[in-house]
Amino acid sequence: MTRFWTLVRRDLTLAVREGGAIGTALGFFLLVVALMPLGLGPDLNLLARIASGILWIALLLSALLSLGRIFESDSDDGALEVMATSSLPLELVAAAKATAHWISTGIPLALLAPMLGLLLNLDIAAYPALIATMLAGTPAVSFIGAIGAALTLKARRGGLLLALVVLPLYIPTLIFGISAVSAVTLQTGAFVSSFLILIALSLGSLVLGPLAAAAALRIQMQ
Amino acid sequence: MTNSVQLIAEKLIIERGGRTILNDVSFTAGAGATLLLTGANGAGKTTLLRALGGFLPLTGGTIRVTPADDETPRAELIHTVGHSNAVKVHLTVRENVMFWSRFLGGSVAAEDRTDRALGAFALRDLEDVPASYLSAGQRRRLGLARLLAAPRPIWLLDEPTVSLDAASTERLARVIDQHTATGGLVVAATHLPLGLNNTRELRLGVEGGRA
Amino acid sequence: MQTLTQRLANPTRFMQLSGTLLPIVAGAASVAILYGLYLAFFVSPADYQQGETVRIMYIHVPSAWLAMMAYALVALSSFGLLVFRHPLADVSAKAAVPIGAAFTFLALFTGSLWGKPMWGTYWVWDARLTSVLVLFFLYLGLMALRSSLEDENLAAKLTAVLALVGVTLLPIIKFSVDWWNTLHQPSTGMTSTVDPSMRWPLLVMAIGFSLLFFALHMKAMRNEVLRRRVKALRLADVARRDAVAAE
Repeated sequence: MTRFWTLVRRDLTLAVREGGAIGTALGFFLLVVALMPLGLGPDLNLLARIASGILWIALLLSALLSLGRIFESDSDDGALEVMATSSLPLELVAAAKATAHWISTGIPLALLAPMLGLLLNLDIAAYPALIATMLAGTPAVSFIGAIGAALTLKARRGGLLLALVVLPLYIPTLIFGISAVSAVTLQTGAFVSSFLILIALSLGSLVLGPLAAAAALRIQMQ
Repeated sequence: MTNSVQLIAEKLIIERGGRTILNDVSFTAGAGATLLLTGANGAGKTTLLRALGGFLPLTGGTIRVTPADDETPRAELIHTVGHSNAVKVHLTVRENVMFWSRFLGGSVAAEDRTDRALGAFALRDLEDVPASYLSAGQRRRLGLARLLAAPRPIWLLDEPTVSLDAASTERLARVIDQHTATGGLVVAATHLPLGLNNTRELRLGVEGGRA
Repeated sequence: MQTLTQRLANPTRFMQLSGTLLPIVAGAASVAILYGLYLAFFVSPADYQQGETVRIMYIHVPSAWLAMMAYALVALSSFGLLVFRHPLADVSAKAAVPIGAAFTFLALFTGSLWGKPMWGTYWVWDARLTSVLVLFFLYLGLMALRSSLEDENLAAKLTAVLALVGVTLLPIIKFSVDWWNTLHQPSTGMTSTVDPSMRWPLLVMAIGFSLLFFALHMKAMRNEVLRRRVKALRLADVARRDAVAAE
């Protein structure tokens, strides 16, 4: 297990030193949210009603931008092949890299979301629910995203392809994330059930993501 | 380290993209000597090394390591240093080696292995420098330092001397000699004479080779 | 005989000159801001409509001015880099971007605090706020582009091109945002005049903020020059050690 955390720590160090990647995802998040009112008009009541949807979709798109990074640089410089020869199974290598992606991208995005909620006039009472659902839902974003990143590693135009492959897989997380937040803003009382399903989705992806990503990586290393 | 390790290849046939690259190659590489792979460009040196490392599927034939050990998969007995160095430019020289010694593991403490690897490739002076500052030759040495960062009996080296100057090549030769002298096994593809103590040569031709 | 710009262009001369100027500018900035804050809090009256919250204006308005001034400086420095290949122009542009972004953020943040009592919400999509937000995005884009390029020379030139594209598009962005806003809601007539009793403290704060900006900018430029020297020395050191090791 120390090897797992060694890898997580290295990826986090690299994410911090490279800097740009986290900043770009955060900036993209901000920009997508800010473009919505320009398209929909500055009606604050309308914005408040659709705020949770905008925030979730923008979060998925921003996370998508940084997914390619999960395996790309280690594949380019040969490090991934060396990792494949260690006693840490490739599944856990993929899990460690997805974990590092979640910590370096998922958590900052989730924490930025309330600030963007201000721009969309989101009800203040919904903020705890918003942060909670995003923290609970972003592991699924990183771990399912790792599958897409592994599948499109050697593909030309990998970035666009990645979006095409991964976005449909995010639909359950999107639906239950939004419904949990709306449950609070509209006071329908369905928060707990949606939130629990969201957690279940994340936990499921913790298992499925590394297995599928490692399988895809093995095929490409042959 | 496993004593008297042997790497046995029998009747290897490897096809890539419908073309037969290696046809009926057999050899036994034993501890204590370096097996030099030679041959013209396209003779299949890189392909053979990758197959030995387990990165290519075999169309025919077998690769075995003796003594067989059910506990450790073959991949974990082998260091492969190919054309890429697996160096992260945003980490310092020491952090790079330290990561591999922690990640690939071994019985001795990771710090000691890192110190030894840095010393053997004359990188001690540079250990706090970010790898992005290094020249191509220095990066190559940093890539090779992985060999000593984690102990493994079998080394597969593909053109290890690329971008190395005479002094660094000499240093690499000493490291390889020491490895073979202590029961290790080295298979290296190279165009240049390395100045090694014990070597055998396997010449790969268009029709395959034997040693 | 060198011209003034040529003499300033020499990084060594710049370091000497800025070393003497920096404490003076920083001191003047502190005095002006302290005096301005004193005027803002104790001398100027509360607004008859907005009450005490009007005092946010003394931070908000100078920040917004500086946000634009900093961008003008970035654009000017970028022009200097691309056209005259001025050795310090890139240092100036690079140093000004984060400071400008910080002032832009300060303007947005104080505007949002001011908006809460005035509009009942922290943010409205008012034309002016939206334009400042777009300016903030331009700053973010400049920082992101620079940080994503390893080669510093390349990063400098490409960032300069983006800065100049930004400065040409800014008026059009401003115009379109105004148009978008009037499309959706009639102009609220926000352009109220400032009472003379508030004008003087505002002017003092504006001068103080400008001096603060120049002090920060000078310090950031000095840091950047030093950082580049350290990097050059380290690179030379790495090469030298390698030569020694090869013997």
